[in-house]
Amino acid sequence: MTNRTGNTTTTERQLIRKMPANWWLKKPAYLRYMIREMTCLFVGGYAMFLLMLAARLDKPEAFADLLASPLAIALQWIALPMAIYHSVTWFNLTPKVLVIWRGEDKLPGFLIAGAHYAGWLAVSAGLIYFAMSGGTDG
Amino acid sequence: MAASESQTATETMKLEVFRFLPDEGELPNFQTYEVPYRDDWVVLDALNYIKDEIDGTLSYRWSCRMGVCGSCGMMVNGEPKLTCSAFLRDYYPNQIKVEPLNYFPVIRDLIINMDQFIDKLGEVKTWLIPAEEKSVDEGEYLQTPAQLAKYKQYTMCINCMLCYSACPVFGQHPDFLGPAAIALGQRYNLDSRDGGADERADVLFSNEGIWECTFVGECSEVCPKNVDPAGAIQMAKVTATNDWFKGLLMPKGKKKSGGDQ
Repeated sequence: MTNRTGNTTTTERQLIRKMPANWWLKKPAYLRYMIREMTCLFVGGYAMFLLMLAARLDKPEAFADLLASPLAIALQWIALPMAIYHSVTWFNLTPKVLVIWRGEDKLPGFLIAGAHYAGWLAVSAGLIYFAMSGGTDG
Repeated sequence: MAASESQTATETMKLEVFRFLPDEGELPNFQTYEVPYRDDWVVLDALNYIKDEIDGTLSYRWSCRMGVCGSCGMMVNGEPKLTCSAFLRDYYPNQIKVEPLNYFPVIRDLIINMDQFIDKLGEVKTWLIPAEEKSVDEGEYLQTPAQLAKYKQYTMCINCMLCYSACPVFGQHPDFLGPAAIALGQRYNLDSRDGGADERADVLFSNEGIWECTFVGECSEVCPKNVDPAGAIQMAKVTATNDWFKGLLMPKGKKKSGGDQ
């Protein structure tokens, strides 16, 4: 049977409560989780943009046009904070996934997460160096 | 109640309690009770006061009232809590809303049906399956402190099911094995004396097992025993993935799943 509001049903005199559609607004942690999951769309969108750029590698004008298009600029402005949120939340979760034992003790979580941040920093610095030096070569 | 109360019971607090009485054919509703406020009381004390002094028809589970038995889990202001460990003083003077644990069928008032959960524990085989049977004469199964450390955290689970009530994946897919059952599966898979990982793999490493989990992580936040089921599930995913790759690279090699890294 269904009650007045239609939210609940009973089967064999047990009450089955339906999960509200807005469950993710009921707790800040759920909202943060939903944002984390949602940011992947922008990470994916930026990957598509990179592929489109790669397809224009042999056509410098089309490449420059795509880079300069307002839509691409808007995408990059939105995708950057989204990608940072995505990376930071996942990096902070790495100690739960990657557990390294030293005898009876786990390697502290901040070292695991810290190693990921260090790697991120190193790769970013390398890419920036590559882009800067490559730019002067033409 | 101790006779020598340091404070007089003039201060009161309101509890809004979920009621469901299928025998009376009534639809679920909330009933508000006023109970004396004492700063050393927990929500369970207030419920006991209601049952003893105000309304004997209220039903709920409890046993040890010291955070060990795992019976008194309920939603307190929307958060899954052991009511024996949720102090009134942390909510006073606001009203407290008490509901049965989220996502489980309700039998009556604050009592949920835990049959599914018990069945899942059986499916995962949450008991020690010895790697090699030994007779009593051969002595005990020895283990080093380092081997114990690998799974000890998961042995703290008291089956209170708070983690299930914090898990939106379980809320949407009741067949999901769920945090506690998987953490307990890991508890035995990671035990050096255990050889049952292969027997558990089909259930544990299935779509309704670890792969249903999307790592919301709230199960670990609400766990009263710091079992960290979210971590256990992610580590199981790593193990399952490694096994899959090993099977791909060495199809003829003896498949050995489980976490004896």
